[in-house]
Amino acid sequence: MTFNRYRRGLFIAAFLAAPVALYLVYVISPYIQAFYISMTDWRGVTASPAFIGFDNFVRLFNDGNFWKAVQHNGALLLLLPLITIVIALFFAFLLNVGGAKGNEGIAGSKFYRVVFFFPQVLAVAVVAVLFQQVFRPDGSGMLNAPLMSLGLQPIGFLSDSDVAFWSVLGVMVWQAVGFYVVLFSAGLASIPRDMFEAAQIDGAGRVSLFFRITLPLLWDTVQVAWVYLGILALDVFAIVWVMTDQHGGPDWSTTVMAAEIYRNAFGYFRFGYASALGVVMFFFTVGFAFLSLRLSRRERIEY
Amino acid sequence: MPHTPHLSRRELLRGAALVPVAGALAACATPQAPPAASGSAAPAATSAANPFGVAGDKPLEVWIFDGGFGQDYAKNIHQPLYKSKYPGAEIKHNATKEITKVLQPRFAGGNPPDVIDNSGANFMDFGALSQDGQLQDLTALLDAPSWDDPNVKVRDTIDQSVIDIGTYDGKFSVLGYVNYIFGIWYSQKAFRENGWEPPKTWDEFLKLCETIKKSGKMAPFTYAGKHPQYLYEPLVTLAAKIGGNEVMVNIDNLEDGAWTSEPMKTAATAWAEIGAKYLMQGTAGLDHVQTQTAQNKYQVAMLPSGSWLENEQKTTTPDDFEYGMFTLPDLTGSDKLPYGTIHTSPGENFIVPSKSANPQGGMEYLRAMLSKKAAGDFSELVRTVTVVKGAGEGRQLSPGVSSATAAVTTAGENVVYYMWERWYAQLKDECKAATGELMNGGLTPEKYLERMQKKADEIKNDSSIKKFTRS
Repeated sequence: MTFNRYRRGLFIAAFLAAPVALYLVYVISPYIQAFYISMTDWRGVTASPAFIGFDNFVRLFNDGNFWKAVQHNGALLLLLPLITIVIALFFAFLLNVGGAKGNEGIAGSKFYRVVFFFPQVLAVAVVAVLFQQVFRPDGSGMLNAPLMSLGLQPIGFLSDSDVAFWSVLGVMVWQAVGFYVVLFSAGLASIPRDMFEAAQIDGAGRVSLFFRITLPLLWDTVQVAWVYLGILALDVFAIVWVMTDQHGGPDWSTTVMAAEIYRNAFGYFRFGYASALGVVMFFFTVGFAFLSLRLSRRERIEY
Repeated sequence: MPHTPHLSRRELLRGAALVPVAGALAACATPQAPPAASGSAAPAATSAANPFGVAGDKPLEVWIFDGGFGQDYAKNIHQPLYKSKYPGAEIKHNATKEITKVLQPRFAGGNPPDVIDNSGANFMDFGALSQDGQLQDLTALLDAPSWDDPNVKVRDTIDQSVIDIGTYDGKFSVLGYVNYIFGIWYSQKAFRENGWEPPKTWDEFLKLCETIKKSGKMAPFTYAGKHPQYLYEPLVTLAAKIGGNEVMVNIDNLEDGAWTSEPMKTAATAWAEIGAKYLMQGTAGLDHVQTQTAQNKYQVAMLPSGSWLENEQKTTTPDDFEYGMFTLPDLTGSDKLPYGTIHTSPGENFIVPSKSANPQGGMEYLRAMLSKKAAGDFSELVRTVTVVKGAGEGRQLSPGVSSATAAVTTAGENVVYYMWERWYAQLKDECKAATGELMNGGLTPEKYLERMQKKADEIKNDSSIKKFTRS
């Protein structure tokens, strides 16, 4: 028996060796090195950086731009999951059980399902460049052209520092919704149809159907979505870097932690300092994951 | 046979799998000390014809920034010239739009190439390179005989500002090859047809803007709103014109109150008024290509730019557009510097990494580039002005280049330049952000300058940022 157990362990280890090795080399080891680099004054070009202890961390406490970035990440962390989940739930409900009969989708739901998923298929960089055109401030902008033909002033979606953050949030929601519609649809499919039918016989309308049946039974899926979207909000980079003016502008109004790290490393050549920012971001992310796992412990509803 | 060392197939595989893991762990992100014997390998003997002692058979690796000027000039003009003298040398030509991404790891690994055109939006920070001793001291190049005439030193064939600006820590280490000439650009044809005149005073400038606005034919003024460095250039230059060269010197040296000085206030207020009244609609959200193309379509009359503009726009400019450039008008009757004062700055910055395999060859390549033939051919090919004196003589120049060259001649000694945007990248980014807000009306001139002063003070007090000074 013990031999068999040994063989079995070996068998599993053999399969795990490659992924674990890759994980160690490409994820864990760079993390550890980043902790070391964050305590040096490395500027990226020399071979022998000097150790300076926690100077970089002291410095980042007074870095206004970095804390602006943290605020933006924080706002995204609250708003992105909230808005995305509300919209996705609404669409998923309409596509699956929102029809007149109460147990199937509204007319044309198969078509919409495909359309909603389109943004998810596009690469982030493509989305960013696409929306630069959509948001153009002159007559060739998709959103501003109708406004201007109505005689209104064009809106500086990306050039007005009061508006730009909301434009970024809008694009992120637009891109994320499709995936969560699919996720929630799958969740809905696993709810027995007779629950909806029984509720309808009792006289429940669409609204109470949604709040009394759909939402409670989907709660697990919603929590998963919350964690995914929270992580997306914390490590957002490409959409900001590619789409916004001055990479996180105008006037730092859309900058995020990852953008500040990139700017300090590859713009200012302060790799040590950028690593320190990275270390701080690491703790924010780990903290978020820890909190969300703690808060989402809840009993499952069995059916 | 229990004691014979026996390696099972499984153990062998296990061992083989671990070896690359260990290697990869060691080689990831952290910088490595370079192999000891790199760089200054024993040079060949020096002579008047070979001042740096170039080994004629050593390969030369060249990296060109593939931007507005392309890379053909290096392949078809500079490299054949080098090759004609050292037929045995193999030239490895490379070009990229992303200098930093491609070459930063080479520096960190201790094997940088021999010549780099460190330009473009993603160039490597000169301060960082200099701080780490990565830049070859090019003083020897200045003192070497020029390519064309052994009796004339290289130092005497180029503009003095190139040497001033390319000097880091007392060592001349960066060779700007192109002379960027800044001013306000317009279409000579449009101005002629509408009876508009390039303004000499700020009042005339405002009146001209008003006339153009009222005419309804086009918007008076625009700039690359997404890249406000296009606007802080005339702003700081105007301040220097009002208050003299020391305005720029003080800003460069991070002097207390340099940004909040009176000339800066006057200049910021003047440009904020243009921002409030005369900008083309949507300017804030457009980039340099979009605004320049709008000018080519006669949708806007004037924009601030530099002497690379004509080449950059060659595909969208109508044949009879006739680019022209005027220098900043007099703001007060008592400006310290006279009308015609001009801001020039060497660009396309070539460096020779000190730890490269063939720095002697790198310097020789730069010496070849500074020959009259190389510089003249370059000027003609990419329609621009080089830093080599007289290289444009007898050449066919385009209207924009002639206009800019004439402006330099008019300016004479009244040439100004600034270094802060090169020395302190953080200050540049803050100035971009704040200038955009100033022009949109989001910041008053006073608040704008206070913000800039605050950032300058922050940099001054940050011991991790290397400081430079000039006079």
